[in-house]
Amino acid sequence: MVALGRRYFVGGVAALGTTALWPVRPGLAAAGMGFDEARHLLSRAAFGATPAEIRTVATMDRDAAVDRLLATWHSNALTAPPDWLNGTPDEQARELSTWWVEEILATDQPLVERMTLFWHNHFTSSLDKVHDAAMLFRQNALFRREAFGNFARLLKAVARDPAMLIYLDGADSVAGQPNENFARELLELFTLGEGRYSEADVRNAARAFTGWTIDRKTGAFMNRVERHDGGEKSFLGRAGHFDGNDILDILLEQPRTAELVCEKLWREFVSLAPDAAEIERLAEVLRGGGYEMKPVLKAMFLSPAFRDPANRGGLIKSPIDLLLGSVHLLGLPVPDKTPIARMMQNLGQLPFDPPNVRGWPGGESWITTYTLLLRQQYLRRMIEATTVASMDSAMKRPVEGRSLRNAGSDVELTATLTGIEADELMRTLLPRQPIDAVDTGGAPGAVVAAAMLDPVYQLK
Amino acid sequence: MSRILLLVELKGGNDGLNTVIPYADPLYRELRPEIGIARERVLQIDEHVGLHARLEPLMEAWKTGDLAIVQGVGYPDPNRSHFRSIEIWDTASSSSQILSKGWVARAFEHAALPTGDGVDTIVIDSNALPLMGPELRTVVMQDARTFLQQAPLPRDDLVEDGGNPALHHLLAVRRGLNAAADGLRNRLRAASSPAHDYADSPFGQQLDVATRLITGGASVVAVKIALAGFDTHANQPPTHEMLLAALAWGLATFRYNMIAAGRWEDVLVLTYSEFGRRARQNASLGTDHGSAAPHFVMGGRVRGGLHGGHPSLADLRDGDLRHTVDFRDVYSAIARSCWDRSVGFGQRAVQKLNLVAL
Repeated sequence: MVALGRRYFVGGVAALGTTALWPVRPGLAAAGMGFDEARHLLSRAAFGATPAEIRTVATMDRDAAVDRLLATWHSNALTAPPDWLNGTPDEQARELSTWWVEEILATDQPLVERMTLFWHNHFTSSLDKVHDAAMLFRQNALFRREAFGNFARLLKAVARDPAMLIYLDGADSVAGQPNENFARELLELFTLGEGRYSEADVRNAARAFTGWTIDRKTGAFMNRVERHDGGEKSFLGRAGHFDGNDILDILLEQPRTAELVCEKLWREFVSLAPDAAEIERLAEVLRGGGYEMKPVLKAMFLSPAFRDPANRGGLIKSPIDLLLGSVHLLGLPVPDKTPIARMMQNLGQLPFDPPNVRGWPGGESWITTYTLLLRQQYLRRMIEATTVASMDSAMKRPVEGRSLRNAGSDVELTATLTGIEADELMRTLLPRQPIDAVDTGGAPGAVVAAAMLDPVYQLK
Repeated sequence: MSRILLLVELKGGNDGLNTVIPYADPLYRELRPEIGIARERVLQIDEHVGLHARLEPLMEAWKTGDLAIVQGVGYPDPNRSHFRSIEIWDTASSSSQILSKGWVARAFEHAALPTGDGVDTIVIDSNALPLMGPELRTVVMQDARTFLQQAPLPRDDLVEDGGNPALHHLLAVRRGLNAAADGLRNRLRAASSPAHDYADSPFGQQLDVATRLITGGASVVAVKIALAGFDTHANQPPTHEMLLAALAWGLATFRYNMIAAGRWEDVLVLTYSEFGRRARQNASLGTDHGSAAPHFVMGGRVRGGLHGGHPSLADLRDGDLRHTVDFRDVYSAIARSCWDRSVGFGQRAVQKLNLVAL
């Protein structure tokens, strides 16, 4: 822990009882959107941001900054795919999650990765059930291609996605004995939401999707018409000889579908309390624009609620935010991604291993007595990791899966944080003033360590 | 009189018809031509029903009268969504009612529990909902070893959250944590190993911690653990057998350990799950989401035997079993015998179940 020195951070101890936003710094706010708003935007749209990254955005106006985040230079990941030919299923599973960790750390399009993760959480599939790492890798590529592409196109692709066909048992669903798993979650989780349909709708939707399966030889989607139930079905008040495409089209006509997506976007990017009027407005942007994602994302990031300073620090960092954001911020080298994937798993968010078909509930559920203790422990470990040189090179030791001996308690700063004044370090690390006293008169490494261990560091 | 409840969630929806099997009913074979359990693999407990062979470790408890099987447990207008239905079970709500407080916490409404740095309930699982509520101080730990190694966080702060719900939650968790963790850590460090070893699996480890807590004298009202994987839509038999074996071995070992420690009369084990499964098997050799299912109650003072009627296979509703016992009546009986609390969970008429000898 950091020893408390003579000078406390302004507003730290003095402001106990009135946990507050950062005081406005007029000098910096004059040109562009300013440091604090730029930090807020990057804290939601990227995975951690360094002072240099925040300064770049701070000079831009809002419109240009959001456009830049929504620009895509490439639709594929930068990181080379794992070599699936070698390795046991367990090794393949590890490769898959560490591959994504690597891509999130390496990407030059952080919002693309955020949205890829968003779709993975919306259209969940788990390796535990699918048992085919390459199939989930292809599903991940689909989410990345459509990261901010088109929701309607994505929904239709997901319904034919081989990993999804296995995950929700669609591949085994045949006329006469339809498997309801996919149809139910399609209605409950992917489009309308619970309580917006009847049990008969579920059963009839399940009938409509019969025959959509995978070719067991190639692993590709195939439509086996002889397994399809071609009979008449009623669905959401309409009747016809529906197939899967018809069901998806009917769902896309329902205003509720766009609302559900926008509510989820809101909780992910804006605040834990969706504003009904704003959701309606955004849902109209989404549906009215033919389900294109860029306009709705732009409208959301430019909305008054997003920009409201009261919403800064109003979301809880996910384990991926916390761990990978800290690695990025500290400039920690992580040659082996396995320990950090294990930390993510222990904190409750290992990619491709969602708790269930609803995905990660997020929000307040990220923080329990258990995970809060563990988060603090992992942050301490990262702080220590910056101070210990490895045996075989001058490089600082990567994040380890265990405690390090002879480790220091102050962060040893690398290029990302050196030469930055204490006030700017604090504004970079924390969305609002710290809860515990932070001695800003101490060494910069001690300031960073104290800020990371403050409860407010858990917020974004 | 006060007993500790060991609440065991069977995650995913356990197939009741292949757990407590109506082996004598020809309709059972008709509904389940392939995944039905062959008669010779059924441990007959009366002339109508029997246990799956993999539940054999529980037969000793059955024979000594320590095991009650409540048949046909469910609720009216069953919901077949995993999430909604487990929420209904966790909060003891009706099908159409949304509650945020867990049923165990509800049982302690207006009760005078001791305050201070103690812990009332411990969750060794990710779902803490049945115990969530301002009435109870709950500690969630998924891994006891890590929990023990952690250093306590600083305890202080009377900080306001400025109306930020995320910060409010964070600070509330931190305060509760600081108070509770120290006492629990000391207790677990001092506790001796169970007399009988559990399997080296997540479920076994959860039972191990629960045993150490109880034998170490923790004054808690409930401990919650879970066994996951019951959502058997496809190729059900091998998975389900494995799960039943893990459940039976775990609970039988827990019983031995409680007897060895002289605490078997002070505990009650209750299983629950979001639903049973569809009576008719599906084309993938699995079962889809259903409704009512049997559940187990174990303990040294339990009235062993079958309680409630087995749902009729001839009288299905939308292909699902009709419940014969409301789950809230089971909870009422548990609350009465564990904590001497009289609660009906909003039901107009409570059906009294005599699950435990007074």
